[in-house]
Amino acid sequence: MPTVAPVDVDGFVVRAGFLKSSAYFASGEGDILLSGNGETRIRVHRSGLLAAEPLVDGSGLITSGDDGCIYRCADDGSSELVAERPRKWIDLIAAGPSGAVAFASGRVAWVHLEDGREREFQHDRAVGGLAFAPKGTRLAVSRYDGASLWWAGTDGAPVEFTWKGAHLGISFSPDGKYLVTAMQENALHGWRLADRQDMRMSGYPAKVKSFSWSFKGRYLATSGANAAILWPYHGKTGPMGQSPLQLGTRPDVLVSAVACHPKEDVVAVGYQDGTILMCRFEDNAEVQLRRAGKGPVSTMDWDREGVRLAFGTEAGEAGIVSLQD
Amino acid sequence: MFKYLSLSAQENFPPLSQTADVVLIFATKRPAIRQAIGPSAKPESFAMSATQDAQAQIPVTVLTGYLGAGKTTLLNRILTENHGQRYAVIVNEFGEVGIDNDLLVESDEEIFEMNNGCICCTVRGDLIRTVQNLMKRKNAFDAIIVETTGVADPAPVAQTFFMDDDVRASARLDAVVAVVDSRHVLQRLEDTEEAEDQVAFADVILINKTDLVSPEELSEVETRIRSINPYAILHHSERCGIEIAKVLDRGAFDLDRILSLDPHFLEHGHHAHECAPDCDHDHDHHHPHEHDHGHHHHEENPHSVKGISLTAGDLNPEMFFQWINQVTQVQGPNILRLKGILAFKDDPQRYVIQGVHMIVEGDHQRDWKDEEPRQSRLVFIGRDLNWDVLKQSFQACAA
Repeated sequence: MPTVAPVDVDGFVVRAGFLKSSAYFASGEGDILLSGNGETRIRVHRSGLLAAEPLVDGSGLITSGDDGCIYRCADDGSSELVAERPRKWIDLIAAGPSGAVAFASGRVAWVHLEDGREREFQHDRAVGGLAFAPKGTRLAVSRYDGASLWWAGTDGAPVEFTWKGAHLGISFSPDGKYLVTAMQENALHGWRLADRQDMRMSGYPAKVKSFSWSFKGRYLATSGANAAILWPYHGKTGPMGQSPLQLGTRPDVLVSAVACHPKEDVVAVGYQDGTILMCRFEDNAEVQLRRAGKGPVSTMDWDREGVRLAFGTEAGEAGIVSLQD
Repeated sequence: MFKYLSLSAQENFPPLSQTADVVLIFATKRPAIRQAIGPSAKPESFAMSATQDAQAQIPVTVLTGYLGAGKTTLLNRILTENHGQRYAVIVNEFGEVGIDNDLLVESDEEIFEMNNGCICCTVRGDLIRTVQNLMKRKNAFDAIIVETTGVADPAPVAQTFFMDDDVRASARLDAVVAVVDSRHVLQRLEDTEEAEDQVAFADVILINKTDLVSPEELSEVETRIRSINPYAILHHSERCGIEIAKVLDRGAFDLDRILSLDPHFLEHGHHAHECAPDCDHDHDHHHPHEHDHGHHHHEENPHSVKGISLTAGDLNPEMFFQWINQVTQVQGPNILRLKGILAFKDDPQRYVIQGVHMIVEGDHQRDWKDEEPRQSRLVFIGRDLNWDVLKQSFQACAA
């Protein structure tokens, strides 16, 4: 039976997940809780914390706040300032390969490379999201009316992808073949990079705010409907002409967060009422991991082995679900 | 339900506007129109959810006004007065006058057009982003104040609080407050559509710097403002010296409070001052329909904004909803604001309605009292509207 170990967090849980040796919970009020061998609470930002992302190698966490600072917090609770943009609210960050960190505010995105160099990428309109390509230091920036694909380390014009409207969250497929954005309208947009083919995935009753690629990148799981919607990406032509899986359907509650299992075709589905289910792709079998709580599930992530799930809600509830006793 | 479309050019995509041009939001949970009206409807459940939402939603006050009118002065007065409230302040430009507040966000105006550029689906993307970020720190503040740029169109700001589901869930628009400089406002109104829109859109208008004009000039200013917006509450001030309670927590978009704010709304259609007995304001008693007669030279301009009040007795709800749908669909871009209290045939409850461009929301409010005349009244503020046709077609909805 899955067991839930609650964790005490003081505000909106912006991001929860696992580093190498501990679970982390980052709260909007500014506290970061590291829970491994004992609990460590750190507070790096002067006021609120707006975003947090684990480093690719799991050695630490990148955080940004309304003080304009970006910090790197290590597993042991130590922290260092990565970059600062006074007076800016840095609400978008991404961690890339070889220690690169991207961050954005308003219409500008920056990349801080591991050797300390910083590069600035200007856009005409608002930036909505940031994502590093799975290989190489390419940075995708979703923006109003499309997305821009930059080489993070060198000069040069970006490759522009155009589609009218405001593009928010952005993600590369793990094989690097597709770029997908969530829009202000209740739809996903995507491009096949090889031939710039447009893809539009619609039908959502709400905005898509959470994406997760399944094991081996076979499916893209998304929130924004009363079930987790999983678009197939394993065929030669991706989701074209296919209909998505709908897992964990509940009649009147929207899915607010999704997290695919790292080793199996299983997805953790978090709902607006705080419930968390685990659903198997093959037969839609469901296991309840957490009962309803006080607020919508805002974040979830699995550990590398796929035996523990860290979660947090907008109402400041958080915990670790263990699948093994 | 979920469809996948693969396209090479955006033009091929079926326009979303076919379904989304008109957004009708009836009651909090957006039930179909027929659920929200008629004697068989059960408004209690909607009313209850509205109450719960209202408690969770952070109130938002929008300050508009031309550069130099005194927005920042008013903002600083609100922030420094000892009221125990903590505000998050969103500004578009750091002006010359500093703003002293812990939670101050600078935000570049980002107009997001949705659904093929429909004016009524235009929102402020930066506000959506900022409000969502603020919601990660809900414990840090009690209310939000948005200061717009001098030339801002207030409609996208207001529409953001109705069109975006996430913002709507966490914040509610309390009122749009316009600050005008009594020395310059007449010239501004002649020169720019933005100034006119700001006055037309406002729930509260602060006529500022009254010490710098003569009583005659002030009266002319007030007459002109009333001709654009007969329904806003007007206040006079020197250096924005005004009681904060007259500006904040107005509930101007709150259907439950349309009447409590304005007890004469139904009877006369003019604004109600809430002044102390020693108040020296002009309590003008313009009746809105007077403005149809073209007495003022400003109204010779057919493109200027004006307000109008339509009245009828009991209405046929089916005809009314069909009519309001059609009017807002076709003329939405020209309708800046609308408010109404309606009597539907065989319905013991008053139905209240308010709207911005094409976004209209309505709900049952309470039972008609025995002494109240069952009268339907609907007020529009707009430009280039054919008032005679509107009047006739509204009256044709009578039961």
